[in-house]
Amino acid sequence: MVSTLDQIFVLLKHWIVGQLPAGLQSFAGVLLSVVCIIAVFPALFAISVLLERKGLGRMQNRLGPNRVGPYGILQPVADGIKSLTKEDIVPVGADSVVHFLAPVSMVAIVFMGYAVLPMGRNMTLVHMDAALLFYFAMGASTELSVFMAGWSSRNKYSLLGAMRAVAQMISYEVPLLLSSVGVVMATGSLSLDKIVDVQNQYTFGLPHWFIFTPWGFASFVLFAIAATAETNRSPFDLPEGESELVAGYFTEYSGFKFAEFFLAEYVGMLSVSGLGTTLFLGGWSAPFAFLQFVPSWIWFFSKVMLSICVMIWLRGTLPRLRQDQLMNFAWKFVIPFTLLNLVDVAVWHFMGEGWARWIVCSAIVVIAYVVMGRAGMRRKNIAPRTYRYAE
Amino acid sequence: MTPLAGYLLVAALIFAIGLAGALTRRNAILVLIGIELMLNSANLNLIAFWRYGPHPELLTGMMFAVFSIAVAAAEAAVGLGLVISIYRHTRTTDLDEMNRMKG
Amino acid sequence: MNPVFWILAVLTVIGALAAVTLKNTVHCALAVTVAFAGLALFYLQLDAQFAGFAQILIYIGAVAILVVFAILLTRGSETPRTGLFSRSWFAGMTIAAAVFAVLGWAVIQSAHVLPHESAAPAVDVNQIGNALLNRYVLPLEIIALLLTAALIGAVIVAMHEKGESK
Repeated sequence: MVSTLDQIFVLLKHWIVGQLPAGLQSFAGVLLSVVCIIAVFPALFAISVLLERKGLGRMQNRLGPNRVGPYGILQPVADGIKSLTKEDIVPVGADSVVHFLAPVSMVAIVFMGYAVLPMGRNMTLVHMDAALLFYFAMGASTELSVFMAGWSSRNKYSLLGAMRAVAQMISYEVPLLLSSVGVVMATGSLSLDKIVDVQNQYTFGLPHWFIFTPWGFASFVLFAIAATAETNRSPFDLPEGESELVAGYFTEYSGFKFAEFFLAEYVGMLSVSGLGTTLFLGGWSAPFAFLQFVPSWIWFFSKVMLSICVMIWLRGTLPRLRQDQLMNFAWKFVIPFTLLNLVDVAVWHFMGEGWARWIVCSAIVVIAYVVMGRAGMRRKNIAPRTYRYAE
Repeated sequence: MTPLAGYLLVAALIFAIGLAGALTRRNAILVLIGIELMLNSANLNLIAFWRYGPHPELLTGMMFAVFSIAVAAAEAAVGLGLVISIYRHTRTTDLDEMNRMKG
Repeated sequence: MNPVFWILAVLTVIGALAAVTLKNTVHCALAVTVAFAGLALFYLQLDAQFAGFAQILIYIGAVAILVVFAILLTRGSETPRTGLFSRSWFAGMTIAAAVFAVLGWAVIQSAHVLPHESAAPAVDVNQIGNALLNRYVLPLEIIALLLTAALIGAVIVAMHEKGESK
């Protein structure tokens, strides 16, 4: 019974595919999985948009949207109808072919990352040996769409926003990859299925997730920082800074094309959260051994939505970083820390099982963080904070 | 025509197109694009011969191609840095106008 | 040969042709990105997955963006006054056509000695890792040195010199 619920989507797919003649079966199976992904993740996008607006509103001491439907639940529907019916304005001087292709290519490429995420037991769309490399290759391709959007609008502010966005995405791509390399070293494989399988074991009821190791925790924090920067989310959202560049590289887009960029951003957030859960939070494995009766796909999607909530929380809490602060942070703090983390993984692996390696690896991570943090702050003369009140 | 011959012909065509671009365009950056196309066609040749040749388990062709990709990326970076530096000096990227050794 | 090969061949060749003939340099850069993507799909069809994904990651994710940045920093997207093609364009075209003729003749003449079909090599990433650190460790280390030197060199070449007016 429990395993039936766990495998319910797989069994459903096999049953549907079994009804078709034998020649079409493999094609129909793939088509069915792709249709499911294209249906599920935009639904999650609608939920995240609503969650974001209500959550941000509550953090800013106001109610979010609450007029459309009870507690504003139907707000995404209203947003969808609005963006579909708005007039599509293309500026006269804009390069119309590139202007059209930019959002289309961005949405198409962002959805490709879902092909390798294991969303449940036996629920990966494509089993690839080099799955992680494929995911990062797709992530790297979205940068060109951002540039296309900014350049084709023939608008200085759009171009500036696009250049900033591309520079930021390139800078934070290196720590994204390097923090995942630690996980690859510990598992010995680039295949995401194998990474989840390694984390699916339990000692005294506690899971072997990589976030519970010292190097894994540091890697997870660095991965979260890099992922937030890759998807242009606050506190790294200077490219779309609303108070500075109107809307950055998608200023000149209206109606459905803007909705496509919005969709691409949130689907990208969901995708990178999915990767983060797979690499560090154990993918579809349950937190405790006795909780394994809950289906695996529920655990995966709960962890992904938890990551989205944390991203929304970060957006509501932290102020925006300036472009030079952001680039300094990437190249001078995050990248050296990720490289040190790789040394940490190696030390962890070669010290063998036991309590000693916990102490040594935690010490390396903590001391490096404190030393690098102090070194980075030494050059700024930070005076104690003084307050000046209005008289 | 065997599959390998097909891949080799496509690679030769891309090489010729890249060579034509590198030799006929005025803009220095387009010359660099032509050079990248030539390097890519050589990579296609390497991988095609690796796939259809003897001993593919030695991975020689694929390794050579991956190293070639890395070297081409480094060369593109340095080349484009040079183009930017020359632009700052002469305010043009037109190769026909850069026909003096003296700055 | 299968239709996928023909589709990819047409896509790649059209991308390459557009990259060397279009008027606007940014369009050329985007067309060469299409050619890179077509080549990456060729590698995937040839069972070289690692090379295909590395091609996408490095060429489309880094080299194309470098080219685009350089075009923007040198105002290449403005149409040039003196035309697109250099004065000696005819000689260049002739040389390229001659090179293609020679290469094509060589391939077609030797088609009977080229191997026909062979089994797809089963390559997994484990083997690639082993090969990189056992058989090909010297090229790997040399590439590391080369990339470091190129990085430092590119930064120094493109840096603003002290006292130079910007």
